[in-house]
Amino acid sequence: MTGTAPRTLLTLALFAAALAFPFLASGYHIYQGAQVLILAIALIGLNLLTGYNGQISLGHGAFFAIGGYGAAILTVKLGVPYFLAIPLASLVCFGAGFLFGFPALRFGGLYLALATFALAVATPQILAYKGFDAVTGGSSGVTLIKPRAPFGLPLSADQWLYLVCLACAAILYFAARNLVTSRIGRALVALRDQPIAAETMGVDAALYKTTCFGVSALYAGVAGGLSALAVGFVSPESFGLSLSLSFLVGIVVGGLASLGGMLFGALFIEFVPNLADQLSVTFGESAKALPGAIYGVLLILAMAIMPGGVAGALRSALRWASKTK
Amino acid sequence: MITRRSFLHTGAAGAAFLAGARAAHADTPGVTDTEIKIGQTMPYSGPASAYGVIGRVEAAYFKMINEQGGVNGRKINFISLDDAYSPPKTVEQVRKLVEDEKVAFLFNTLGTAPNLAIRQYLNDNKVPQLFVATGAAVFADPEHFPWTIGFNPNYQTEARIYAKHILATKPDGKIAVLFQNDGFGKDYLTGLKDVLGADKAAMIVKEASYETSEPTVDSQIVTLQGSGADILIIAATPKFAAQAIRKSFDLGWNATRYVSNVSYSIGAVLKPAGLEKSKGLITGSYGKDVTDAKFKDDPGVLEWKAFSDKYLTPKEYIDLNASYGYGAAQTMVQVLKQCGADLSRDNVLKQAASLKALQLPMLLDGIVLNTSPTNYSPIRQLQLAQFDGESWKLFGDIITG
Repeated sequence: MTGTAPRTLLTLALFAAALAFPFLASGYHIYQGAQVLILAIALIGLNLLTGYNGQISLGHGAFFAIGGYGAAILTVKLGVPYFLAIPLASLVCFGAGFLFGFPALRFGGLYLALATFALAVATPQILAYKGFDAVTGGSSGVTLIKPRAPFGLPLSADQWLYLVCLACAAILYFAARNLVTSRIGRALVALRDQPIAAETMGVDAALYKTTCFGVSALYAGVAGGLSALAVGFVSPESFGLSLSLSFLVGIVVGGLASLGGMLFGALFIEFVPNLADQLSVTFGESAKALPGAIYGVLLILAMAIMPGGVAGALRSALRWASKTK
Repeated sequence: MITRRSFLHTGAAGAAFLAGARAAHADTPGVTDTEIKIGQTMPYSGPASAYGVIGRVEAAYFKMINEQGGVNGRKINFISLDDAYSPPKTVEQVRKLVEDEKVAFLFNTLGTAPNLAIRQYLNDNKVPQLFVATGAAVFADPEHFPWTIGFNPNYQTEARIYAKHILATKPDGKIAVLFQNDGFGKDYLTGLKDVLGADKAAMIVKEASYETSEPTVDSQIVTLQGSGADILIIAATPKFAAQAIRKSFDLGWNATRYVSNVSYSIGAVLKPAGLEKSKGLITGSYGKDVTDAKFKDDPGVLEWKAFSDKYLTPKEYIDLNASYGYGAAQTMVQVLKQCGADLSRDNVLKQAASLKALQLPMLLDGIVLNTSPTNYSPIRQLQLAQFDGESWKLFGDIITG
């Protein structure tokens, strides 16, 4: 890559724009902005696992759910302040991800995809299980109170929550970037591309893969916890199978093994379903049943135009720009 | 805000008429001289997309009303957005409707979880959340959530009516209950136990639940039969109700069987289960099923037929969800008519909470909608009916639960 300087500039410009956004937009757009940041955090986590380490997970909605319910139960039932509840809930996710990483070692490729798929299918049902009603609220879920800005800052609840999400996203993005450019990151990629060679070089496959699963789940947990705060409500329906699948869509559209691309992946899964719904209206009332199909067409188009995801397309553009200089 | 409200409370209707047209505009979002904007979320995509037909029928009904000139000279601009039955998406779409589209209020938003997710927000902002499309009893709570009004007869009400019937006809019976393991199924259990009370609670000898992901409920029915019960209550959605009806018959279990109202469709439930095997079933009904031959010449059904011939497909004509949407849209139009020229949110809520014996074409004769500031469950009446192998025969009086 020749474009280190333009990349850093681009990152800084994006961050500045993200910081200014809540002071320029209205409440509902700030809420959407927070959703995008939350999704981006989850996508970075999943991309560490799938993009860098080559382990496919169709079940990250489950860890997102643990983070969400963790934050909800800790704040509402146990009175823990939210800024402690999110880290606590995400640590639980790390544990759950780490433990799930062990059986995952025995599965490769599509078999792992199926095992994690089972996780995504089971989660909403476990959350609705009547034995846990006292804690989870059963199918009625749990309603959270939105955190207000501290120290009497003149910020609305939406603005404050957005800034919290932005801070989390920035910290987790830089943590992930440091991770993938370090020795550990190279080991993860080596395990993806040449597992036998990597183990011959002394990489502890079991430890790296399970830890990667744990870290990835931790990211999903932070995202889930923030989402619970932003939405103000969790229920089994909030964490259905489609959530896990949309994460997979997000990392592929954003660009596998890219971290910056996850912002675009998040933008895609946040806004394209809305776009599909709006487009379906233009086909008349009876086409109201069509948003799913339109979404599919848009997805195919995106992948046909940008096979390497948005990150791949940007990389080609930067390369082209530096060549023609 | 305060001045307008006190004005509404004290002012005469005539004064409101004169001043309303201009003064009301300043703080009646979504209302102009020619239009009123109504918002909704509906699962047009995702796992619950079968319910999307409700939103489509409502849009078609409002279109018809607009073609006839609208309500009090105003056209209805109905904005129904897809939330895929995902609560986070519902919150986003509802905020878009309220903050961006500036709708006057929300109407018939679908689903228990999606409605729970937006209830606090709408009540905080004093936006009416009218006639929510769910039977969960929690939405009729005017004391804590004055801006949220239910619509469906709630499941607890229905279960209470069955329990009363059992106590009257089989006071020494032994009851077995099959229920769906979610809010819907549990509301039934709550309603039953309410009526039976502590001293009769032992009448329920066995409960068995199922998950919607299970392929069949056959083993649950076998277990329930093994308990020696002579009354079976089937609190199940259509597919599982059909299985339970067939299995209980095939086992030769001679119990009095009650089936939940959501599964009373002859076309969608009893035919798949077997009409002969469905003989003797009891349900509490309030709507007209067009697949039931006795409604062939019913004026209400003919009206629905005329409407659906023009605006819908033949498949939607027999869909109970579609005729449900038809009734909900008619109720909405009635509220708008009652509002007159004052379409402020306060008045819309006030009128929605003062429906008086409203009749709808697709409700059984004698069943009417009533609301008041303390009663947020519009449909509270049911009539028991028994299946004779061909159609449902209504019996007894209309019962208010």
